[in-house]
Amino acid sequence: MIPRIFLLLMLLLGCAAHAAPNPALVRQLAAEESDDKIAAIQKLALTAEPEALAVLQQLADGSLKDDKGEDISINNRVRRELEGALAVLKLIDPDPVVRFAAVKEIAGNVDAAMAPMLAKARDRETVPKIRALLVEIHAAATLKDPDPQVRIAAAKSLASSADPNTQAMLKAQSEPANETEVEVRRAAFQSYLAVKDRLTLAENIGRVFSGLSLGSILLLAALGLAITYGVMGVINMAHGELLMIGAYATYAMQGMFRSYFPDHLDWYLLAAVPVAFFAAAAVGVLLERTVIRWLYGRALETLLATWGLSLMLIQAARVIFGAQNVEVANPTWMSGGIEILPSIVLPLNRIVIVGFALFVLALVWALMNKTRLGMFVRAVTQNRAMAGCVGVPTGRIDTVAFALGAGIAGLGGVALSQIANVGPDMGQGYIVDSFMVVVLGGVGQLAGAVWAALGLGIVTKFIEAWSGAVIAKIVVLVFIIMFIQKRPQGLFALKGRFVES
Amino acid sequence: MQRRNFVKATAVTIALAAAGFITQPAVAADTIKVGILHSLSGTMAISETALKETALMAIEEINAKGGVLGKKLEPVVVDPASNWPLFAEKARQLLTQDKVAVTFGCWTSVSRKSVNPVFKELNGLLFYPVQYEGEELEKNVFYTGAAPNQQAIPAVEYLMSKDGGSAKRWVLLGTDYVYPRTTNKILRAFLKSKGVAEADIMEEYTPFGHSDYQTIIAKIKKFAGEGKKTAVVSTINGDSNVPFYKELGNAGLKATDVPVVAFSVGEEELRGVDTKPLVGHLAAWNYFQSIKNPENDKFIKQYRDWAKKQKLPKADTVVTNDPMEATYIGIHMWKQAVEKAKSTDVDKVIAAMGGQTFKAPSGFTIKMDEKNHHLHRAVFIGEVKADGQFNVVWKTKGPVKAQPWSPFIAGNDKKKDEPEVAKAK
Repeated sequence: MIPRIFLLLMLLLGCAAHAAPNPALVRQLAAEESDDKIAAIQKLALTAEPEALAVLQQLADGSLKDDKGEDISINNRVRRELEGALAVLKLIDPDPVVRFAAVKEIAGNVDAAMAPMLAKARDRETVPKIRALLVEIHAAATLKDPDPQVRIAAAKSLASSADPNTQAMLKAQSEPANETEVEVRRAAFQSYLAVKDRLTLAENIGRVFSGLSLGSILLLAALGLAITYGVMGVINMAHGELLMIGAYATYAMQGMFRSYFPDHLDWYLLAAVPVAFFAAAAVGVLLERTVIRWLYGRALETLLATWGLSLMLIQAARVIFGAQNVEVANPTWMSGGIEILPSIVLPLNRIVIVGFALFVLALVWALMNKTRLGMFVRAVTQNRAMAGCVGVPTGRIDTVAFALGAGIAGLGGVALSQIANVGPDMGQGYIVDSFMVVVLGGVGQLAGAVWAALGLGIVTKFIEAWSGAVIAKIVVLVFIIMFIQKRPQGLFALKGRFVES
Repeated sequence: MQRRNFVKATAVTIALAAAGFITQPAVAADTIKVGILHSLSGTMAISETALKETALMAIEEINAKGGVLGKKLEPVVVDPASNWPLFAEKARQLLTQDKVAVTFGCWTSVSRKSVNPVFKELNGLLFYPVQYEGEELEKNVFYTGAAPNQQAIPAVEYLMSKDGGSAKRWVLLGTDYVYPRTTNKILRAFLKSKGVAEADIMEEYTPFGHSDYQTIIAKIKKFAGEGKKTAVVSTINGDSNVPFYKELGNAGLKATDVPVVAFSVGEEELRGVDTKPLVGHLAAWNYFQSIKNPENDKFIKQYRDWAKKQKLPKADTVVTNDPMEATYIGIHMWKQAVEKAKSTDVDKVIAAMGGQTFKAPSGFTIKMDEKNHHLHRAVFIGEVKADGQFNVVWKTKGPVKAQPWSPFIAGNDKKKDEPEVAKAK
């Protein structure tokens, strides 16, 4: 750690000399033992020459070669040391983005001896976001200062932190075994409580978000089913396979973009949305016209027939695309995450999927409530015979509604391809969840499906956090069975007059 | 006239059928049937499909050199579809219908456990190519993968060492079935013997095919934020690994902060993942594709050529991994044992297997233990590189003898290091 401080001092004083890096040191970077490598890194970083830094950066990127022309490999310990050294050097970089990353890197690895240098860096810093972080790191570095007053000040200024490491440090500082001064202990404990509250809040935000994310996936999977099951009473066991078709359509679009528009590869997903919709809708029409329409009103037979269809579709996918999972990559704009607080990162792909679910929901809502087709569909749902009497072409509406449900399942498949594995039997895992959502929400109800999906998502995530994924699945299933016993019509029941079938 | 024609036609048909019936076994006698029992669909297909290809490749190689005992090997491939009871059914079919001399197959321990009784009952011979939890020693099975002391224990010891990051807190994460549960039981006992407190171990399981790792990652982050240096030991199996590593990368959990060491993730599983955010995460195996030696160069080239010839999907990027190497070693050792025994009779081959050696792609001459049906293997620990390959950061000096009965499970010290042989009737 000591060399880093000198290095920082030299940088801040602006006295970096220019010379080619010592070849012996560079050769030592290729040493067998990690200790030798680390020693060489520290010595090289100490020179603070741009050439030496370039060499270190190459080592970090894995492009530095040894005498034999082979890449020099580093392990995690060396990498940690290297990143720390580079971060200190980057602390005076003119680019605020680089500085911010450097400060974040140092935050995980503070040392008491770095305090004066961090104070200087803090005072030089003009960007408020980086400055706030530097204040925090400086405080963390002075928490063990021999002067109790400095310790109290440090403990107090750490109260605004949201870093789990700070919480652990403050907790240790508030224990009599580590801290003799009562005043410091009190300040540390108060800050500890503040940080803890903030972290608990962050944790709950994280859970609600992951619940929303799971809920939006359930919603996308179940929305199509809500229409087909709700409108036509068709228990479509092949619904999961319609999701699978949507996912494979995404895969196919990715392949097409890779071969024909490699420059626009990042946007294949947008092109996949309509393609997946129409591919799944076309299969839906085919299923409805050839099989399902002959079985209306015979729930058990439809169940068996659609189950058979689902097996056929799975096998078809195996024949066309192979039995193995296929790789669907996240576009670069969906990789990584947004850091809300140091303890929670919201992954971008999940944020996009939540947004996509809202978009699909709005689309379906508008379609069902603002168009003539939607009105017909609702009419048929509520009273098929009467709708037919007043001139609604119920047969055609069935086909269109089924195609719509299938198409929406295809859209769900696009979303799933971004977070789950795409394979021939991927749909099987979602069929039970989809039915759970529809049954819980109330048959034929869009609003019911929405509340049920989000509710199930959030409840599952909170139970998962407490008991693990296996138990959470069981608890949710048991809960739904109990609920349906009490309230067979689901959360929301259709109001109005019905013809009992 | 018509009637006579009919009689004639029938007679000819029967004669032809009879001839066909008689000649068939004659043809079969010229070949030795070899069963291949790997999931080619379902959650485990990601890992097991490559093993089927390796087995077929090795069989072709042996056939090209004249076969075994002058007979060609005839592969019989079945697909148990990641469905554990189906494994037992297919194993029975291989042994009773196809009458295979030997079977190469299984990945998950639950599939092996489901076929064990079948191989025992029908006195078949199974070569199991994957690292596993131990606690088993069947007379009819040869284990060419690692026992816990050849993979799990060295990996944890490495993470405890200075170079591994001196981890003090442990997350044991796995898929919910027998292999992760047993391995974690052994690791828990091992960690306790090293003075790790109960509160510093977190154990988590997910179902097969689980794809939502948000909660788990959040939990790991929280656990790691409670002070001491944390490491994750992952025994997640099958295609769940893809969403797990994707989530890990998206959540920004770097290997320098919280290293994840995996026991069922190799080059093949990482093909479907963007490995740039995963640089530095670890895997422990007895073989890596990146190991440099002439045997390995030959093995890699052989598999690449095979993939091209068979037009496998993405044949230009195929990789080799540890269970593939173990499959390859297994087939060659079986061939050597059959040649030594001068018979494919199961009991004679089992007797001839002990002490067989083979110059393996991992760079060592691997020996089948004289007694305990396991290989003596060297252990390697590798860090993921940006290109999805592994950079070996630690290895044993030489092959290590397997301990199928882990000393960290109570009562194992009394168990014999060789299969129980049924008493003569």
